[in-house]
Amino acid sequence: MRKSITIVGASLAGLRGAEALRRDGFNGPISLIGDEPHAPYDRPPLSKKILAGDWEADRAALTPAERFADLNLDLRLGSRATKLNVDSQTLWVDGEPEAYQGLLIATGARCRTLPGTEGMNGVHTLRSLNDCLAIRTALEAGPRRLVVVGAGFIGAEVAATAVGRGVLTTLIESLAAPLERVVGNMVGEVVAEVHRSNGVDLRCGVGVTAVHGREQIEAVELTDGTIIETDLLVVGIGVLPNTEWLEGSGLTIENGVVCDETCLAAPGVTAAGDVARWLNPRYGELMRVEHWDNAVEQGTYAARRLLVENPEPFAPVPWFWSDQFDRKIQLAGRPSPDDEIQVVNGSTEEHRFAAFYGSHGKLRAVFGMNRPRQVMQGKNLLAQGASWQEALAVAAAWE
Amino acid sequence: MRIVVDYDLCESNAICMDLAPDVFEVRDDDFLYVLNETPSDDRREVMEDAVRRCPKQAIALED
Repeated sequence: MRKSITIVGASLAGLRGAEALRRDGFNGPISLIGDEPHAPYDRPPLSKKILAGDWEADRAALTPAERFADLNLDLRLGSRATKLNVDSQTLWVDGEPEAYQGLLIATGARCRTLPGTEGMNGVHTLRSLNDCLAIRTALEAGPRRLVVVGAGFIGAEVAATAVGRGVLTTLIESLAAPLERVVGNMVGEVVAEVHRSNGVDLRCGVGVTAVHGREQIEAVELTDGTIIETDLLVVGIGVLPNTEWLEGSGLTIENGVVCDETCLAAPGVTAAGDVARWLNPRYGELMRVEHWDNAVEQGTYAARRLLVENPEPFAPVPWFWSDQFDRKIQLAGRPSPDDEIQVVNGSTEEHRFAAFYGSHGKLRAVFGMNRPRQVMQGKNLLAQGASWQEALAVAAAWE
Repeated sequence: MRIVVDYDLCESNAICMDLAPDVFEVRDDDFLYVLNETPSDDRREVMEDAVRRCPKQAIALED
């Protein structure tokens, strides 16, 4: 039985893991190590409420201070894990070695950057609270124009929030529609319409070929030759898992920390959240899921995994939400580009609908725009492994 | 145990309804309705899960 647990990464997955151990009655030492200076905070408000100025930063705290004290954690903020050796069970923190008995890796991911923008004023990515506050300050200063590169979830939310603040906003997406890679073209076009009707200057099917400016950004140049003058650029082109510190650790690193179906990466070592790539037996494939709900569930599971011998595998149906303007977007499951898509409730014209994705006679995913009830019922159908016909029969009874 | 929802925070993601449809219901008006404000104590684990899984942290339990 392990007498102490070390958790690297003091964000959602790591904290929820620590809380689960205490809830289960584990009373040994728990170290929670994070490289940011802030106590654990929630990231979704960073592109919405806090960026909008509706919330102050402290409202994003994940656990109230009084409850945090009850957890009795050895919280080490501003500390960075720099190296690991799983054979000798040694972790290095800020270069200093220490032994561990059980280790949960939850070091998350970081933003990809646009080449040629390093150190340029007015160019931002959004991942941390400090990133958010820097962009908020820039928005408050009254930029001539905000350009957002990448209409994935972060980029689309930042654009929506900025327009809500009255900032002239151009959103650039290299695919034919926002979120197209995940939700397909038909649904992506509806998201595009939501953005355009709310005043976003959305330009799809174009990429950025150059960023002009020396110390301060002045313009971006697009693949169609257009030059857009701007003094504020937010880049939202995806993330990379934080695994560099694990080189030579003995773990398998391949687009994340590779784990078995119980989130185990090596004896006494588990991984959770954005950094973990585990074998999800529901899909029979290695997956890395960058969603909030997965961080909660996998952090909880992977911490407990360190104290149990033969657990049930971790086999969730992935689920996420995104709020853009007054629309709530939710997706459960794993759509693929070849899936058949069918609107099963509401209408795309009203920007209020649910759609099923299916292939090979099975339901694969459920998308909803302002249809949370239907998405959750669809998520249950996915968990049950419902056939396409079974799913359609359930949806037929929705109205 | 009493369920308390902060409706200023709630954005009707319906995760709670997924976990306990007899207690939480998001209706077609997009609002959350608590069907049973005082679930019995044997439901505590599920209710704590609903608190934790709420993306808006809008649910609290009071004893």
